[in-house]
Amino acid sequence: MAQFTMRVFRGDPSGGGFQDYTVEPEEGMVVLDVIHRIQATQANDLACRWNCKAGKCGSCSAEVNGKPRLMCMTRMDLFQPGDTITVAPIRTFPLIRDLVTDVSYNYEKAKQVPPLRLKPPEPDGTYRMMQEDIDRIQEFHKCIECFLCQDVCHVIRDHEDKKRVFSGPRFFIKLASLDMHPLDTRDRSSFITENAGIGLCNITKCCTEVCPEHIHITDNGIIPLKERAADSLDPIVWLLRRFRGQKSRPA
Amino acid sequence: MANADYETHEHDVLVIGAGGAGLRAAIEAAAQGVSVGLVCKSLLGKAHTVMAEGGIAASLGNVWPEDNWQVHFRDTMRGGKMLNNWRMAQLHAQEAPDRVLELERWGALFDRTKDGRILQRDFGGHRYARLAHVGDRTGLEMIRTLQYHGIHQGIDVYMECKVERLLKDGDRVCGAFGYWRNTGKFVFFKAKAIVLATGGVGKAWKVTSNSWEYTGDGHSLALWAGADLIDMEFVQFHPTGMVWPPSVRGILVTEGVRGDGGTLKNTKGERFMFNYIPEFFKGETADNEAEADRWYTDKKNNRRTPDLLPRDEVARAINAEIKGGRGTPHDGVLLDICTRRPADYIRKRLPSMYHQFKELAGVDITKEPMEVGPTCHYIMGGVRVDADTTAATVKGLFAAGEVAGGMHGSNRLGGNSLSDLLVFGRRAGLYAALYAKDFGGPLTVESSQVESLAREMLAPFTRSGGENPYAIQADLQETMQNLVGLIRTEHELREALKRIESLKHRAGRTHIDGGRTYNPGWHMALDLASLLTVAECCTLAALERRESRGGHTRDDHPYTDDAWGKINVVIRQRQGALALSREPLPEMPAELRALFQERK
Repeated sequence: MAQFTMRVFRGDPSGGGFQDYTVEPEEGMVVLDVIHRIQATQANDLACRWNCKAGKCGSCSAEVNGKPRLMCMTRMDLFQPGDTITVAPIRTFPLIRDLVTDVSYNYEKAKQVPPLRLKPPEPDGTYRMMQEDIDRIQEFHKCIECFLCQDVCHVIRDHEDKKRVFSGPRFFIKLASLDMHPLDTRDRSSFITENAGIGLCNITKCCTEVCPEHIHITDNGIIPLKERAADSLDPIVWLLRRFRGQKSRPA
Repeated sequence: MANADYETHEHDVLVIGAGGAGLRAAIEAAAQGVSVGLVCKSLLGKAHTVMAEGGIAASLGNVWPEDNWQVHFRDTMRGGKMLNNWRMAQLHAQEAPDRVLELERWGALFDRTKDGRILQRDFGGHRYARLAHVGDRTGLEMIRTLQYHGIHQGIDVYMECKVERLLKDGDRVCGAFGYWRNTGKFVFFKAKAIVLATGGVGKAWKVTSNSWEYTGDGHSLALWAGADLIDMEFVQFHPTGMVWPPSVRGILVTEGVRGDGGTLKNTKGERFMFNYIPEFFKGETADNEAEADRWYTDKKNNRRTPDLLPRDEVARAINAEIKGGRGTPHDGVLLDICTRRPADYIRKRLPSMYHQFKELAGVDITKEPMEVGPTCHYIMGGVRVDADTTAATVKGLFAAGEVAGGMHGSNRLGGNSLSDLLVFGRRAGLYAALYAKDFGGPLTVESSQVESLAREMLAPFTRSGGENPYAIQADLQETMQNLVGLIRTEHELREALKRIESLKHRAGRTHIDGGRTYNPGWHMALDLASLLTVAECCTLAALERRESRGGHTRDDHPYTDDAWGKINVVIRQRQGALALSREPLPEMPAELRALFQERK
């Protein structure tokens, strides 16, 4: 393979800029391999996160040529020899150093999500769930918490003042997965509206586009949550739900 | 740079490691009402457990009502070639079903049977389909469930924090000293009890399924604190890792591929596993293709396919095929599921494998076979623990998961790792909390211990013109790969020891550029100490055991020796030097021994 120029962001909150490294990738290499090669041979202190190198852990999120991606799943043969490839940290979160950002916002939001509240088990002490009732939630459970959806979300990216009352797409699908869980009895409607800020999402689908797990974040997660939030304000729907015994009251 | 200041946190129980075992331990300790700290080397939820694919072994009996803990126990012991700590294997088999059901109560969504119960899949060495799973991303489901349950239990989580050394007050542990990876600042945890849940050592090998985190931290922390390690010669090479392209070599291909119908073939198209059925497993393994094929649909009247022999057997067979010139040009063999199963089935059951091969290798596994070969995956050996309490041989220290030894004997069955994490993670958390509650008197820590350690850790910044830590790691990986791999022999092991010795000298002379803020070069330089320690332990133990068994194959001692079957190789550090001894295996009681006489 021919040579590539990797233009990698180096710096910390006090400042920094892009630095060029010339590399000659081997067959099949991904951007993360090239970053590791640079780390081992040219810049020992180049900071980046990674773990599994197979798209399973969601650690190596970065912006490659401006596009939010997992470095471990971005093959070098996407690019033409001689190309200059820029690698920058995901830009919504505060920089720590080089390609590493402070993603603690996501861990704070995670903690706020009201957890599962179980219904009572079957007489034998276990639970039954049918596969077709959990297919949709299993899709949400594929989330690897790479936070690329959070990175591209306009509300988080551009509205610092909204961060307090907005959870972002990762936690919308977390909320949707709990809300649709066949064993759950908790009513999260006021949380979803007031604390998670579902109303602030204007369905631009940027989150869905960058999801490396191809989760239909908007169509399958956010829109049903928005509909449910609207329903919960509608007294007739609310009454119907109570009569049908659908999830409404905290147990 | 020379700032050796540190912050201090105090807990009743400190759990080091936040994969399945660490999270489960922290949750249990918190449930006992003590104060719990949980240290993660990476961000929470990124630990190695997230990569586990195939499933959690537990005799729920949902698919095969005949299954029970006794059968699971027997399979586990036989898979480990009877070298397992019998009591650990018993507790594991007895408690695994409860731990799986508990995960379900905490929100995990396993794939279902037609009647809405947890579906179970076939795996190597398990008599019945036994693995609770979610497609091929079971580890992700497990760690996410534990993580989201755990964050509501009042546990203090310390992310991207690395523990460098355990500190002692007399003969008991009293704390841990380390650094924050993102600032490089030092941190001291004062704790009455410490649970090690740090995982394995696989980063000492070149072809490995393990991530950067697997540098033997817990094994070394325990050893340096005076605890015993056992069975360090037993390293599992998973038979199926990716082999091509070079950059993905070693990445895991789940055993679930074979569990769900995949078969191994050489480049002549032969299902070579039929040529490698050991005497030990002849009674339960099909010896011809017709019977093996019938087994997929009729498990009652046919013996299982040899593709699902335990991992040590399959890895050796693949290695022999490649050495015999029947492998692919990339030194692999073929794993074919597309002949037996339709594309939809493969995509539904093995979505990550489909995705991984498609994206990383340009191979569509619904249409063509995968190229696979052995990859370093797991260490059976580890901290010697009391089976019931997980207590190590140093007071106040506990260990669970991969870092603990004994449970899996000389070879671990697939699926027994996730269940091990849950069963012994819970026990570690429970007994560490009880120990902390019973603890009398104050904890005293000599601050001079901490100060000299801090100075030592900063040394790579101040040396001029030293070694590149990445180069040392690469040389170690090369050494272990070539000399302490799947097949071993005395002169190669001796050569490995020599090289490790010289690498230790080089590791004492590393030089680091840049500052302390998120500096992976520095982190690597510090990790070398534990990586070299475990490499030396594995090599010494491998040299000591003059027989072949499970994850330890000696070319110069190719047979299993009954006398060695009653012995653990124990390693401890005394006066700065490693000491080896051969110690008798705990003896199994008669009522459990009887399980091996029935149903040969």
